Amino acid sequence: MSEPARERGRAWFRALTGRSTPMRGDPASVLTADVPLGEDQARFLCVVSDPNGRFPRARHGEVGLEEGYTLASRVREVVEADKNGHKRPIIPLVDVRSQAYGRREEIAAIYLVAAAAADAYGTARLAGHPVIALIVGHAISGGFLAHGYQANRILAFDDPGVVIHAMHKEAAARVTRRSVESLEALGKSILPLSYDIHDYAKLGLLHKLLHIEHPDAPHPTEIERVRHELIAATAEARRGPRDLSNRLQSHEAQTSRAATILVRRKLEEQWKAD
Amino acid sequence: MNESMSKVGARPVEQPAFLQRQSFIEMNARERARSFFDPGTERELVGPFDRVESPWLALQDVTPQSDDGCIVMKGKIGGEAAVVIALEGAFQGGSMGEVSGAKLTAALDLACADNENGIKTYAILQLETGGVRLQEANLGLAVIAEIIGSLLALREHAPVVCVTAGSVGCFGGMSLVAGLASYLMMTREGRLGMNGPEVIEQEAGIEEFNSKNRALIWGIHGGKQRYETGLVDALVDDNVGQVVDAVREFLRRGVPSVHRSAQIDLLQRRIAMLDPSHQWEPAELREFWTRQEVL
Repeated sequence: MSEPARERGRAWFRALTGRSTPMRGDPASVLTADVPLGEDQARFLCVVSDPNGRFPRARHGEVGLEEGYTLASRVREVVEADKNGHKRPIIPLVDVRSQAYGRREEIAAIYLVAAAAADAYGTARLAGHPVIALIVGHAISGGFLAHGYQANRILAFDDPGVVIHAMHKEAAARVTRRSVESLEALGKSILPLSYDIHDYAKLGLLHKLLHIEHPDAPHPTEIERVRHELIAATAEARRGPRDLSNRLQSHEAQTSRAATILVRRKLEEQWKAD
Repeated sequence: MNESMSKVGARPVEQPAFLQRQSFIEMNARERARSFFDPGTERELVGPFDRVESPWLALQDVTPQSDDGCIVMKGKIGGEAAVVIALEGAFQGGSMGEVSGAKLTAALDLACADNENGIKTYAILQLETGGVRLQEANLGLAVIAEIIGSLLALREHAPVVCVTAGSVGCFGGMSLVAGLASYLMMTREGRLGMNGPEVIEQEAGIEEFNSKNRALIWGIHGGKQRYETGLVDALVDDNVGQVVDAVREFLRRGVPSVHRSAQIDLLQRRIAMLDPSHQWEPAELREFWTRQEVL
């Protein structure tokens, strides 16, 4: 478990926004800030750890009940405010270990809270907001579905500390009754199982990998570079479709997701054969 | 029974109601999908004879299935165009892989396009799934994100009704999809949650969740509890006629003015009132989360 001082999400949120406190009324585990980004005023959001959080199973940077509805409400606030005007960029800064695994969370319908967060981001994208996810650390499982995976564009650091996956390695090893080592070996031959960010990039879901020398301690020149990449991705998102179709148009997807492309073609042909 | 037979039979045998009803849960995904349509109007799309299989399972010595556990049917319901997507819980626990996920997403996208072109098309999801298929891990998670995106676009135009009847239930990332539906229906035999009991026990320990405690599992994830705490729109019996009638009623209601997953103030209020200092019994939650408050 990473200590707060070494949390990448918090470090990059501070680097990119100059802030490190939550908005008024929000739990300490969700940081939100509105700051200039190019010609825009962008809203940045990040889930961070809070050892004093209300819910014991969501104190280490997981997306739990409070985090989910806070993200949903802070994203919807922007959609509502920009309803009739210029749609500002929304930047989920992603460093989430997972959703919160707990009995309280289950009984209180964490699935609906996570759905509400995904709904807010997806609704923002469909309304014309550029939603640009920047993955600086972990982006795992339901935590990523709720915070980041609805983005028009996904940027990630090209760094071994970046892990994008359906399940964290230790849990996947336990569930599949394999050792962590054999799981890693399997990932070498079966692309979607890999924990390596370069293999993830081959799935064609990423807009860009950013090489960063100091991902744990942002340097001023690198902060500036990341900001430029966010501005560029925002402009591209505005030119592109509002749906997620671009994820299948990448060069990588043509091979790694050939089955997806085949299914879509066949289904469309048969759908229209009435 | 034809006429001559009924004349021959001395006395009609009265069957008790429970013998007359046809179970929904006992049907497979293909039969379940068919049951929603006006008889004879439906046809399966990208069915088993198209042989689109998961390209990833055989690499891991798992036998693929030629429909990948996802049945897509198009036809008419009450005279209107409709698509039903049913997940087969008996194949890999209904889990979402690249192919099953692509079928689901593509069906939602085509329904959305038809609605945008003025052809009203309903969508019904019959979800029996454990979520991401572990053998296709990252693609499974990616397709769930895409299903969510497609569902959000479609439900602006037409209601999307989700049914979780059992016996698998709806878990993992797919529980978010259930949460995003316009209307959600369950049976008492259905279960709905993000993390299954075994996963929580493994992640948080047996003192957090004893996955052998059946009563607790039903008390938390079961259809009746979800219905009574206002999280589900209808609780139906395991009876094809009841399930189908309820689905048709929701389709008639049309797109809700505000979807449940967009009711942030309600969510916030409900979470704020919880006292996290102890674990709540299911009955305790029913006292502060009532059906009345969400209606």
